[in-house]
Amino acid sequence: MGVSVIVFALVQLVPGDPIRLALGTRFDQETYDALLERSGLDQPLVQQYFNWAGRALTGDLGVSFRSGETVTSLIAERLPATLTLAFASIVVALAIAIPLGTVSALRPRSLVDRFATVISQFGISVPDFWMAIVLILVFAGTLGWLPSGGYVPLSEDPLGWLQRLILPALVTGTVSGSVITRFVRSSVLEALGSDHVRTAQAKGLRTRQVFGWHVLRNALLPLVTVTGVQLAYLLSGVVVVEIVFSWPGLGQLALQAVQARDYPVLQGAILLFAVVFLVINLVVDVLYTAIDPRIRR
Amino acid sequence: MTGQPLPEPAASPTATDAGVPSTSRPPRPRWRETLGLLLRNPTAAGSALVLLGIVLMAIFDESIAPSGANQISVEDRLQAPSWEHPFGTDDLGRDILSRVILGAGVSLRVGFLAVGIALLIGTVIGLLAGYYGRWVDDVLMRFMDMLFAFPAVLLAIAILAVRGPGSGNTALAIGIVYVPIFARVTRASVLGVREEVYVRASRSVGASDLRLLTRHVLPNAAPPIIVQTSISLAFAVLAEAALSFLGLGTQPPNPSWGLMLAEGRGYIDLAWWLAFFPGMAIFLTVLCFNLLGDGLRDVLDPRQRTLMAGGGR
Amino acid sequence: MSAPTPVLEVEDLRVRLRTPRGPADVVNGLSYSVGPGETVAVVGESGSGKSVSVLALLGLLPRGVATVTGRALLQGEDLLTMPPERLRQVRGPGAGMVFQDPMTSLNPVLTIGRQLVEGLRAHSDMDKAAARRRAAELLGEVGLPDPDGALDRYPHELSGGMRQRVIIAIALSNSPALLIADEATTALDVTVQAQIIDLVEKLQADHGTGVIWITHDLGVVAGIADRVLVMYGGRCVEDGTVDDVLEHPAHPYTRGLLGALPDLAQPAVDGVVPDLATVPGTPPAPTDLPPGCVFWPRCPVRGDARCETEQPPLVQIGPSSGALPHRAATWCTETSALGTESSGEAR
Repeated sequence: MGVSVIVFALVQLVPGDPIRLALGTRFDQETYDALLERSGLDQPLVQQYFNWAGRALTGDLGVSFRSGETVTSLIAERLPATLTLAFASIVVALAIAIPLGTVSALRPRSLVDRFATVISQFGISVPDFWMAIVLILVFAGTLGWLPSGGYVPLSEDPLGWLQRLILPALVTGTVSGSVITRFVRSSVLEALGSDHVRTAQAKGLRTRQVFGWHVLRNALLPLVTVTGVQLAYLLSGVVVVEIVFSWPGLGQLALQAVQARDYPVLQGAILLFAVVFLVINLVVDVLYTAIDPRIRR
Repeated sequence: MTGQPLPEPAASPTATDAGVPSTSRPPRPRWRETLGLLLRNPTAAGSALVLLGIVLMAIFDESIAPSGANQISVEDRLQAPSWEHPFGTDDLGRDILSRVILGAGVSLRVGFLAVGIALLIGTVIGLLAGYYGRWVDDVLMRFMDMLFAFPAVLLAIAILAVRGPGSGNTALAIGIVYVPIFARVTRASVLGVREEVYVRASRSVGASDLRLLTRHVLPNAAPPIIVQTSISLAFAVLAEAALSFLGLGTQPPNPSWGLMLAEGRGYIDLAWWLAFFPGMAIFLTVLCFNLLGDGLRDVLDPRQRTLMAGGGR
Repeated sequence: MSAPTPVLEVEDLRVRLRTPRGPADVVNGLSYSVGPGETVAVVGESGSGKSVSVLALLGLLPRGVATVTGRALLQGEDLLTMPPERLRQVRGPGAGMVFQDPMTSLNPVLTIGRQLVEGLRAHSDMDKAAARRRAAELLGEVGLPDPDGALDRYPHELSGGMRQRVIIAIALSNSPALLIADEATTALDVTVQAQIIDLVEKLQADHGTGVIWITHDLGVVAGIADRVLVMYGGRCVEDGTVDDVLEHPAHPYTRGLLGALPDLAQPAVDGVVPDLATVPGTPPAPTDLPPGCVFWPRCPVRGDARCETEQPPLVQIGPSSGALPHRAATWCTETSALGTESSGEAR
């Protein structure tokens, strides 16, 4: 609710007359008025909000000023690409973060730990769009192994889908993976230092058992949270990487909407991101309940 | 979306049984000792040194740069790195090294301005929320949570769409995005300090709220905020580059690193140096702020109350 | 040495920890032994190195941070040099350990039953069902109501006292020759504390287990211990039978501790015996130990020129009531209640 008001208010603040922009430089007053009335922009703002929110509840997010398509269909068109990239990136991120974070927590201050710290610090600090450009230069340009961008659905061309997915997923996965690595390291380290792990050791359990049941299982809790946060970010925030790889995702859609003052699309996209955020938090809560008996009631 | 507890990783297991005397007097931050400890950490000290170099470079950019930022020379266009042009030249024959040097000023100015805005507003909000609690806390932090719920990049893009592109507005947009982070960190830190004996003692002898806040609460709640500042500077520089890359931040012909990257992107097959060197400059600056933040965290905030690096990414 | 072979024999145990402030000598040459069925109380303020000294025995200090030297023979085998797999086998059947904080010493996300069963199965080829039956028996032995039901409960569903019983059940599950209780009753209220002490004494009588009881509560010491070892600054400053040490304390530190106590014959109101950490000042930082007597900075006596500069040896200080020598590490014995001159080094 609060989110929807903010989405609406924020988008209303965007300056410029959207209809003028949609029509281009040559238009007559009659078309302008007709469009104004059809889009409901002649009504008071509060009225506009309730119109929009009411329709949004039924899944109708309005019509794009620019293309005339419904916002719902525009978003539905972009959703597969975004979901594909987000989940591929999370897989890459976890594949990097869990082993690297765990190993460095097991040997704090060792060479491996230092190496992992440096790698993750690099991954956090590297500008993702620059990394994308460099990867394109190397793998698409010099080596010619992979295409430099674009997206094809899995159903049409599985190999092409995979080839085009590798580089963007590697870029966003590295960045997210670096962030998660640090969390894994610190939560494993915390679990290792906890009293109950000492109890487990004092029982004479085998290292494998201590580690699997008492360290990793308990370190899983913070990992679930940070993975959720990263997934939310990947589903909404990878605008720049999408642009570099010509990846037709939601971020690109939102950016185009901002540039074209396309209110309905922008509102729809931001509302979707907010919903995604809420859903992910819900999933994280559910997972928490499954892992941590203290929350179960 | 609210009330999601942030994981608070503990410090590494070291001597815990070692008797540390506890007193009821406020543990005055010992700046000299802090600095000493920081300089003993080679990574942090190195990063501080490199950053100092970058800042000096930004201040004396005009006198260091081999040529002007916009000195066009058509016969020299797209020159590969050489002795004459160590980083090469761009499509208009402008010297990349000079533009990277001059771009430092733009990037750092926006970064410092953005973090300054976030620091000022966020700290005040966090201080009030943490110190007064109850409804003040509820109202302020609920608002912060809502702001925090928006994807950072999109929020900045939306603000820039409202205000129009340019470096000043970029700083403002990034600053607003980071306000909730500072508010949270400050609030958490203040909550820890508020009930300390020395604060209660001062309150009991009738010290005013303002005096308490500025003399006792803020100085003792400061360490996590300082750490957060360093880490946020890293992300502000990164965000400025990203927004400029998208054409929403610094406008041409000003030599912003992000903008140079965007301009160089089209020539990536022909002339890799156009995009490579500005990218390295961003990377190095961001890395140093992050490493310095890490070093500061080890020294100032062993309980790690700061949001982990990447929280704003 | 008339006593039967000791369960545990510690010789010159030293622990050095790596800390951000430099190396910390937390335990400095500790020697003692525990006989079968005997209870040795290790007493000292927090920071005196008590906990670290026993964690070191079982290799439970963080790897890479602690350096442990000396010898610690558990039933003739040196704990400090044995290979990791052997040490693992010893943890449990050789020595069980009860930790200080019942709120954090159990894994919050696993059931009580699981945490008991895994300990049982790590040292025998019991199947799951048998281990579960044994686990329920153990919970019954430590006095947990509804042991069968408790198996499927999580730690947070039990009170602190009940959790501590679970931890004791875990420590005792493999019938250890030695039980180490590290501040096992500190976090509990007095009634529960008394119940737990009774329980341990009963189990000790039944199984002949040797017990190391770490505490800073002299009331508990008087109740449970056969011998007392007073630790300060990582050293043993006084040891002997419980009667010798409590009734004729020789070291100024021990005397300070006891002086701060109400008469033991007349327990304080509500049976609450205050902590002994009421000697003014704080223990020395293990990174920066004084060159002479470790207690010197806080000592009200300072009766000898050597106090500040020379470390006093642990020597026999007079007639002892039992089979054990009464020893203290101080230059100030002449001012002690016993008034006897030190009579050469013990051993």
